[in-house]
Amino acid sequence: MQTLSRIWTLFRKDWMLEMRQQYAFYGVLLYVASTIFVLYLAMGETNYETWNALFWVTQLFVCINAVAKSFLQESRGRMLYFFTISHPVEFVMAKILYNMLLMTIMNTVNLFLYLAFMGDPTSNLLQFIGISYLGGLGLSLVFTMLAAIASKAMQQASLMAILGFPIIIPQLLLLIRLSKVAFAETFREGVVSQVVLLLVSLDLGIVILSVILFPFLWKD
Amino acid sequence: MNRQWWKILCVILLVYTVILGLLGPVPALRQLQETIRNLYFHVCMWFAMMTLFTISVIQSIKYLRTLDLNRDIRAKEYASTGIVLGLLGYATGAIWASYTWADPNNPAYASFGSIVREPKLIGAAMALLIYFAYFVLRSSITDIDKKARVSAVYNIFAYAMLFPSIWIIPRLLPSLHPGREGNPALNFNDIDARMRVVFYPAVIGWTLLGVWITTLKIRLSLLKEKKWLNA
Repeated sequence: MQTLSRIWTLFRKDWMLEMRQQYAFYGVLLYVASTIFVLYLAMGETNYETWNALFWVTQLFVCINAVAKSFLQESRGRMLYFFTISHPVEFVMAKILYNMLLMTIMNTVNLFLYLAFMGDPTSNLLQFIGISYLGGLGLSLVFTMLAAIASKAMQQASLMAILGFPIIIPQLLLLIRLSKVAFAETFREGVVSQVVLLLVSLDLGIVILSVILFPFLWKD
Repeated sequence: MNRQWWKILCVILLVYTVILGLLGPVPALRQLQETIRNLYFHVCMWFAMMTLFTISVIQSIKYLRTLDLNRDIRAKEYASTGIVLGLLGYATGAIWASYTWADPNNPAYASFGSIVREPKLIGAAMALLIYFAYFVLRSSITDIDKKARVSAVYNIFAYAMLFPSIWIIPRLLPSLHPGREGNPALNFNDIDARMRVVFYPAVIGWTLLGVWITTLKIRLSLLKEKKWLNA
């Protein structure tokens, strides 16, 4: 019970910092908006395959930008302070929850702007929205752990990309493939639920790995 | 002598592989003909690479349990030999592809383009990229203990993420490369009985060679480390 309340406090701290500074939110908002605006000016409305690919690529970069800040903004002194008052598992769980929330918001913004500028090529919008949230959560989980690793090294921001891209490609491919369901592409029976199950179990695996591995990153 | 038996086994197996691999009987398939002999070299490189990466991860886990820097050196050396074997896997694959995939009627760049877009090759490239990233991460941290700890964490995390991808991507995308439903040549019914006699010893032989090279490199870097610590 105490663990839960500590996680909640740490989570609220991140949230309140964000509400006060509004640094990540507006930064990423500007990033998404300008990206989509350029895409719109360059191409206008496109066919659904391009739309889908561009959406997921934007999603990936948004995630890197949003999640990277979560660890990089903590200074050494502040980390030391957290070290004295909380357990690493609580700390990483709070970060994971916060990044999931942040990514959900970014996902909504991204989706909204895509629909507004690039049109709606989906045949089942609700399904696509569901898949995009599932994917956004998965991306935020992977990059939370990678941000924790990269924050220990020099040149953190560029290191995130180097560490993250080879790892995230399979998941991204799977998501791009899966979201074609929402564009009325036919799949073999059972494949869709299998892929969703696979993604969910992958996400669970990442959470478990983060909880196991984070305490080793923590000690300095 | 007792602990060296596997090195002798390695040499015997590799001599056997090369002699029987080049001279032994193979089924004459219309598309492959004699190029099938490359199976003893190309596929074995990937097997050996995956084995070495697995050993590297086990060493990383052991490092996190004991915080013994020897383990970290081992993890690093196994990963670097794994990368070399992966590059050799690409080289042997390129030779094979130039006889089976490349169409002499098309210009060379067209064949090159279709080979570059091959999903299995991209999958293998990702495995190598992950380990390149591992070395980039190592070089970006100066403190020895911190470097060992952070890179061990990345090694374990990346390995855990790599495995689903190796199983997922080949099944997801169409590919010319054999082995759509899993790992080529591992399946018992995939290859001819005459070839199995050579193939399995070849896998063991090349893997042992990889381990042997790595043990030498570990000894070398342990010596360097000692010199550095005493200086």
